[in-house]
Amino acid sequence: MIKNYFKNTWEGLYTILIGMKITWKHLFVPSVTLQYPEERAKLPERARNRLFLNYNDCIGCMQCAAACPVNCIEIETVKGIPTDMPDPTSKGQKKALWVTKFDIDEGKCCFCQLCVAPCPTEAIYMTDIYEYSEFDRDNLVYNFASLTKEEVQQKQDNFDKFQAEKEAQKLEAAKAKAEADAKKAAEEKAKLEVKPSNDEKKED
Amino acid sequence: MQNYLIEIFGSEIVAYILATVPVLAFIVLFVLFAVWLERKVSAHMQDRLGPMRVGWHGVLQTLADFLKLLQKEDIIATANDKALFNIAPYVVFVTTLATFTMLPFTSIFIGSNADVGIFFVLAFSGAVVAGILMAGWASNNKYSLYGSLRSAAQIVSYEIPTALVVLTMIMLYGTMSLGEITIAQTSHFWNWGIFGGPELGLAKILLVPFMFVAFIILFISTLAESNRTPFDLPESESELVAGFNTEYSGIKFSMFFLSEFANMFLIGSILVIFFFGGYNSPFGYLGNLLGIEWLIPIEQLLWFLGKGMFFVFVDMWLRWTLPRVRVDQLMTICWKYLIPYAFFNLLIVGLILLI
Ligand code: SF4
Ligand code: SF4
Repeated sequence: MIKNYFKNTWEGLYTILIGMKITWKHLFVPSVTLQYPEERAKLPERARNRLFLNYNDCIGCMQCAAACPVNCIEIETVKGIPTDMPDPTSKGQKKALWVTKFDIDEGKCCFCQLCVAPCPTEAIYMTDIYEYSEFDRDNLVYNFASLTKEEVQQKQDNFDKFQAEKEAQKLEAAKAKAEADAKKAAEEKAKLEVKPSNDEKKED
Repeated sequence: MQNYLIEIFGSEIVAYILATVPVLAFIVLFVLFAVWLERKVSAHMQDRLGPMRVGWHGVLQTLADFLKLLQKEDIIATANDKALFNIAPYVVFVTTLATFTMLPFTSIFIGSNADVGIFFVLAFSGAVVAGILMAGWASNNKYSLYGSLRSAAQIVSYEIPTALVVLTMIMLYGTMSLGEITIAQTSHFWNWGIFGGPELGLAKILLVPFMFVAFIILFISTLAESNRTPFDLPESESELVAGFNTEYSGIKFSMFFLSEFANMFLIGSILVIFFFGGYNSPFGYLGNLLGIEWLIPIEQLLWFLGKGMFFVFVDMWLRWTLPRVRVDQLMTICWKYLIPYAFFNLLIVGLILLI
């Protein structure tokens, strides 16, 4: 009982000294924190931060938008017409579509990088920029498409015109074909009409 | 000091007011420095850097914070007891400041070399509890009330071991005046209290271990009285928001803050005066060596502040080492451990002094 009492006292003081020794040692350990705006932590090589799109390389295949689990990529495309095709990508892949809208809502993005893998042209990738906070949430929606409104309208009109022409051609072709068909059918019919008489003759 | 000022100004009141100015200035400067030190020590003990922006390694950070505090609105809630609420910070601060009058900073600068020195210090540091209770009660906030009641329980309990150890030391020195206690420890560091004081021969050797015990007890109990971690139950941020000063803002809050840090220096200097020779230098004075009279008090002041600061540093060191004790542990430490030890220490030192 009395022995325990002294043991408690001793342990109380002794353990405090052990603790003090530890804190004393830490007093001289160099700081692990950084003076942030001046010093920055070195990011790992494949760190995932703000998403970036190299617009000139995007062929508008929408694979990334399909892969995104939170639907933060919005793409709209217009087909190019033979006389007004977009330039090929930096690696020479042909583009068939004008990408009229490519918005990434960086506020929604969860940095899963699922959109990067399926891209056939490696146009979309993660950068090492992580300071992009905004006062207004809407400013986090990044518009990567560099076509102006008028350009978009023009492409759309071009395409519509092209389509209309094509439609007209098709209609004409269809008409021609229908005429031809009708002709053919008439001929067939005529043949058919002729045929039975032949048959009859044969039977006879 | 006062006599000198009375002679110059011919009026006692002016002289007394002027005599408090250096002490007040010292407290404010000390607190500015100590808060910075506390932040730095805590930061480095946690492998951080602490304030780094304002001035060299953030030395002016506390000044900036203090200026910010002064500009804050002085909020008084409608449910507060206005009179008590307004008086409380001043009671706390003034009682703390009053204890500083008894401290012998150097052989020539001592606020009052009264014969009841240490008794006065104990009485006034006990009176702080009145201010804290006022603050807690007048805030009309349950957390503040808990904080102040805990503070009262704590300070009243820990007065007992403090008083017992102080009694031991008074027996050893045969005086209650802090100035005379310091003078008794002059000339060599083996005359310091921790090495048995001015006694000679066998008694001195016998006294050393008991003086050491007395020192530990006094250190723990005064630490508890100044409401510092690990005994910061009255403020315990994690349970009581900020304890008794939850409702205070601006200048009144800084008064509490000021007195907490002033209290830290006070307990450090009480330990220094009792056990480490007060303002005495352990190696003799440069002033004596060079024959420059006026250098001696300056050296003494530096020694006193240096030793006091060392204990302030140990307080901070402990603060960032130990977690806060529980209320029942707090009472166990006091009533089951410190008081019996202090009591037996008193008896044994008494016996040694008799033979
Ligand atoms: S990183 Fe993930 S969440 Fe962000 S855009 Fe790509 S697929 Fe969507
Ligand atoms: S997967 Fe690549 S090419 Fe396809 S739409 Fe997305 S960014 Fe453009």
